[in-house]
Amino acid sequence: MTRSMTGNLHLWLIPLLPFAGFLFNGILGRRLPKSLVTTVALLAPLASFGVVLLAAQAASAGLALPYTETCPIGWINAGTLHVDYSFVLDQLSLVMLLIITGVGFLIHIYSAGYMAHEDGYWRYFSYLNLFLFFMTVLVLAGNALLMFVGWEGVGLASYLLIGFWFQKTSAVEAGKKAFVVNRIGDFGFLLGMFLLLANFGTLTFAEIAAKLAASPAWQGGILTTIALCLLLGATGKSAQLPLYIWLPDAMEGPTPVSALIHAATMVTAGVYMIARTHAIYDRSPFALGVVAIIGAATALFAATIGLVQTDIKRVLAYSTVSQLGYMFLGCGVAAYSAAIFHLMTHAFFKALLFLAAGSVIHGLGGEQDMRKMGGLRKHMPVTFWTMTAAVFAIAGFPPLAAFFSKDAILYAAFLHGDSGKVLWFVGLVTALLTSFYMFRLWYLTFLGSYRGATSDIEEPGAAVHARSDSKLTLEAEHHHTPHESPWSMLGPLVILALLSIGGGWIGIERFAAYLAPATGARIVEAGSSSLEWTLTGLAVAVAILGWFIAYRLYRVKPERPAQLAAALPTGYNILVHKYWVDEFYGAVVVKPVLAFSRFILDWVVDVAILGGLAWLLGGIATFAGAILQRWQSGNLRSYAAWLAAGAAALLLFVLVPWASVLANVGIHLNAAGH
Amino acid sequence: MIPLSWYLLLSAVLFSLGIVGFLIKRNLITVFMSIELMLNGVNLSFVTFAHEWHLVKGQIFVFFVMVVAAAEAAVGLAIIIAVFRARSTLAVDRIDLMKL
Repeated sequence: MTRSMTGNLHLWLIPLLPFAGFLFNGILGRRLPKSLVTTVALLAPLASFGVVLLAAQAASAGLALPYTETCPIGWINAGTLHVDYSFVLDQLSLVMLLIITGVGFLIHIYSAGYMAHEDGYWRYFSYLNLFLFFMTVLVLAGNALLMFVGWEGVGLASYLLIGFWFQKTSAVEAGKKAFVVNRIGDFGFLLGMFLLLANFGTLTFAEIAAKLAASPAWQGGILTTIALCLLLGATGKSAQLPLYIWLPDAMEGPTPVSALIHAATMVTAGVYMIARTHAIYDRSPFALGVVAIIGAATALFAATIGLVQTDIKRVLAYSTVSQLGYMFLGCGVAAYSAAIFHLMTHAFFKALLFLAAGSVIHGLGGEQDMRKMGGLRKHMPVTFWTMTAAVFAIAGFPPLAAFFSKDAILYAAFLHGDSGKVLWFVGLVTALLTSFYMFRLWYLTFLGSYRGATSDIEEPGAAVHARSDSKLTLEAEHHHTPHESPWSMLGPLVILALLSIGGGWIGIERFAAYLAPATGARIVEAGSSSLEWTLTGLAVAVAILGWFIAYRLYRVKPERPAQLAAALPTGYNILVHKYWVDEFYGAVVVKPVLAFSRFILDWVVDVAILGGLAWLLGGIATFAGAILQRWQSGNLRSYAAWLAAGAAALLLFVLVPWASVLANVGIHLNAAGH
Repeated sequence: MIPLSWYLLLSAVLFSLGIVGFLIKRNLITVFMSIELMLNGVNLSFVTFAHEWHLVKGQIFVFFVMVVAAAEAAVGLAIIIAVFRARSTLAVDRIDLMKL
């Protein structure tokens, strides 16, 4: 079903409303009062969310999906290549849109509280709206090229927001790192698109799927190449091995940005892209295997690093990488609906974890080191309880959200042939580690006693704070006792906590059945309910085991972790230094590229060849000028004389019959003329 | 009847006198008058041919040349006055500020 942009759902409003907000605040925000900036910045995603809800209502009222809106003005018409601005609403994009605009709106509200004292308030919100614009374009895109526009755009917004505090060198470096690493992935995406175009003649997802359906015998070969190229793009955007290195550094950005872009939405774009192009992956078992192995390896790898991190946001960053690995594992065993299910629950609980961590950081005046936290439970009760919901959710305790989604992925992995057992086991170990490091964070942050530098409650700032909760000065906020955050921040926490608790109750069967038209049916023929119960029981057991270990190490005997680290210096060093991956890339990739740029490109190509050429040309011009400037005497009569001589020469040239004169002395200008 | 060549000869003589004056005279006013002389030499050959072939185009050309010459005289004399005020001289070879 195709309609023009004037169709009754107005999908085009979903991205364009945040874009309008971006333009408004980006151009005028600097001069406008903060309240107006906030109003516009919050209304844009809210209105966008409203349009998504209307679309969801229409879809549940029997609108035929997929529903396409195409701009009557085409985009690219070059020979056989036709690309339109087309937005497609199907089950998959609808679920994604609900997450993006819904969670996005909550994080906008939270940001209004969190960023209240920042100088670049308007700049922050215009970037945030810009991000929503590109993210919704990415999800709604009906063809790979439009998706690529969104893909690049969210990368841009991510870069801008990571480097939001541009006075900080580390933030600027982190932004650049994210941008450059993502370029490597985008290179793969581009190659994949070129191959799609060469082999399918179109970039429209629906047409590609139709062509694949029309030739059921087409397996592997070029499809594997396309799938692997697209996978490279997905590993870049979704921070998987080997391109995950940018995400932990991206924590330099403001915490709500980490929640929205680097946990809930943008980093899941790779998972979404694989689910969107699953028709290709389904034809290439090899590519699917690579996806599954990358996912499982990343999940385990990042989880081990997360064990020893002391920065609260870094723990969550490695946890995000690890959870994204689960989603890739789900995609890799062709359980796309389970991957999207986990994407959804992860968006809830990981956004909540980040926002709660942001609330902690805010309450401690910028402290991110968990070794200087502790005992925050009584200072920040709302943050504590919402964070607790998220911790139990991510650890996989029933009946919280991730219990259902993680279970669905592990179950699908277990049923995926013999190699699936290995993938399942890796996933199970990761679940144990996840439970451990999350409870470690929980104990270090909220329980025990406060280990911050200024722990005496009777400081003057606390009194100021107690008297006036609405008009906090910057001084009263910073370097004083922990305090609970304002309700603009706690409200989103509570909503997300409810979603983290109940988000999984829909159940994988119903979710998969709903998504089936977009992602293909869930395959569980080989399974049985007794097997499912056994696996579920194991998953819950490892979650409890992880909790128990964390409890023993960080609650009962807080001195044990240091002793353990001293007892196993090699293992501890490897984890603390994150397997030296950054150092390895630095030595193998960054240093050679820099050396090549400096010596070959700069000195040889730029200075010697290009510079030399420029000097040569300039020298010729100078030399010629030095001779010709003799004519520029400034003497009027000499000019006049040259003019007259020129006119005389011209006259001679025109009047004298040169051809016959030359012929007389034996020279023929024109061979045919005699 | 006076033959055509006489007119043309006179026209050429006037034009050549103009060129020579333009090249050798030092005074800016004289140089200027030499230019007028050249223009009128050309005008003479225009009217000569117009009369010879009974075509009105040549006459019209003369009018155009006269209009341009009048405009040029106005601008030129203004420039000459300005030059004289600035440098107290009208000697062509001393007005050489644009020399490199």
